[in-house]
Amino acid sequence: MKRFAYELNESWKIGVAQMRSNKTRSILTALGVIIGIVAVTLMGTAIAGIQVGFDKSMAIFGDDVLYVSQWPWKPVDDWWNFRDRKKIKTEYAEPINRIIAATPNSNLVIAVPTSSLLRSVKYGQSEVSNVLIRGTVSDYLITSTFEFKEGRFFNDVESRGGANVCVIGYDVADALFPSESPIEKSVLINGQPFRVVGVISRQGTFLGLFSLDSIVVMPLPAFQKYFSAKSDSDILVKVKDKNRVAEARDELTGVMRRVRGLPPEKKDDFSINEQQALKSTLDPIKNSIAIAGLFVTGLSLFVGAIGIMNITFVSVKERTREIGTRKALGARRRTILLQFLIESTSLCLVGGLIGLGIAYVMCTGIGKAFPSFPIRFSLGLVLVSMAVSILTGLFSGFAPAWSASRLDPVAALRYE
Amino acid sequence: MSSPIIIDIENITKDYVMGEEIVHALRGVSLEIRSNEYLAIMGPSGSGKSTLMNMLGCLDTPSSGRYEFNGRDVSAMSDDELAAIRNREIGFVFQTFNLLPRADSLRNVELPLVYAGIDPETRRERSASVLREVGLGDRLHHKPNELSGGQRQRVAIARALVNDPSIILADEPTGNLDSKTGEEIMGLFEDLYRRGHTIILVTHEADIACHARRTVRLRDGLIESDDGDLGGVGIVPIEGPLEADATAYR
Repeated sequence: MKRFAYELNESWKIGVAQMRSNKTRSILTALGVIIGIVAVTLMGTAIAGIQVGFDKSMAIFGDDVLYVSQWPWKPVDDWWNFRDRKKIKTEYAEPINRIIAATPNSNLVIAVPTSSLLRSVKYGQSEVSNVLIRGTVSDYLITSTFEFKEGRFFNDVESRGGANVCVIGYDVADALFPSESPIEKSVLINGQPFRVVGVISRQGTFLGLFSLDSIVVMPLPAFQKYFSAKSDSDILVKVKDKNRVAEARDELTGVMRRVRGLPPEKKDDFSINEQQALKSTLDPIKNSIAIAGLFVTGLSLFVGAIGIMNITFVSVKERTREIGTRKALGARRRTILLQFLIESTSLCLVGGLIGLGIAYVMCTGIGKAFPSFPIRFSLGLVLVSMAVSILTGLFSGFAPAWSASRLDPVAALRYE
Repeated sequence: MSSPIIIDIENITKDYVMGEEIVHALRGVSLEIRSNEYLAIMGPSGSGKSTLMNMLGCLDTPSSGRYEFNGRDVSAMSDDELAAIRNREIGFVFQTFNLLPRADSLRNVELPLVYAGIDPETRRERSASVLREVGLGDRLHHKPNELSGGQRQRVAIARALVNDPSIILADEPTGNLDSKTGEEIMGLFEDLYRRGHTIILVTHEADIACHARRTVRLRDGLIESDDGDLGGVGIVPIEGPLEADATAYR
């Protein structure tokens, strides 16, 4: 054991000396590993960032809210069966709530109708297009997770009366009111003025695809008065206990069948969606992106590893006589194997550290330049990168080190 | 009064396959070498002396025959067992010195001790003391390229001595040196011999071989002549010129 430690120490010294004496060669060879580690590390940070963004996006939906919709939140093969379903109507909310109230120990809390479409919003000369206009009731707050930057949500009276009031998302406020408060100002949607009573604080994007802050929420009666055509409606149902979503889901299915008056032999003509189902649909996509990304960047690391392997073979060739001498002086096979393994590994480790440093600087730079870009640099990533560098060194050094350890001492000593 | 046998070779042969034909480098050599002998192995190139040296140095194993080193059968040992024997029992001195170019004298001499698993402190002490013995006390931290040829060979001799081996095996130790430096190195060997070391010289130069007390001549893979008494040579009387050589290097 002690001897092993001495040999290890000796090998490390030789490795460092070797790197020093062949600076240019070592740097050029390590460059492959540096680039590989930079690529893999950046990809790792991006994947971690995507994961965080994904979780954040999912949280928007709430893990205790069920969505009654026409379409399920997953790809379907028989889309025609869903196309012909009856639309979900906002009026369902009322009978659903009545049934919930009448059910003892119901797993459901409340049903909230929503209806949405895309329109432009104007204020003075400014205009924002493709804003999600959503009509709902004041109880919408119960099912959502957002907070207010300014002002408030519309109240019960405004909700029932269908007052021309609205709450606007962060992006809309930012675009239309860059230098003033939007509260009590009137924005124009479809030529109709709506008084702003609140601004929702920043929600970010959904999977980086579209902004969740480009939204205007208004009382449902007002929405129906001006935008009823071509809108899509959902019913949001809050669940009492998020650990019993499955039971709540079954209960809601029964309720919806009653509301729709479906006879027992007929299939459901609606879909009940939840965050978890969406997650399990999107997870494989996210994972395959991660795997593909790591594979491609892993290839660059592999090329770097081949460079190390090549230079280690050269090093073995150049130092054949030295290997012979060492063997004559009593170096065992293991010692020689270890020496070259450590040489290649230390080269990879140095390359990996440099690569990690570069990746860190790049990450910080990207983070500063694009704050919304999901990128995460973590200690775990550093450890993984180091482990990958070491493994790369062992992998690429093994074949040359093995061939060195097998050299015949007589032939090695005679080698010119 | 005969000293113990270190090397006992009986009828060893070594065959190589070279291309299509088989080369019989050794055709049946028997040799006994005792402790504190000073022996020269001579012969023209192709006589098998390098092959015999490789056998004696446990760098290679014979095709047939028996080889006992300090009573242990070497001919059937594994690579790693042979490495251990080389490390502890044999000190090599090469024609081309074979020092590690980037290591200083001390680290070069330390190397066999590293492989023997000696702790760093003892390693340092022993290496420094052996270097002082060969007259390089003031060159401990010089790298080979900062030393003269004679000094390099002395570092190599120190390296051969550091593990206190049973034999010192020197392959043309003066081949790369001018004659004056060569004589100095031979003086050093003479001194080592007088202190009780066992020395085997492999050379084709008669004026180098004449420093030895016993000469074994090889020709065509066989021993042509052996002027030593196989019954036990021991210490032979010291001759005049050698005395001078022994002190010349100081």
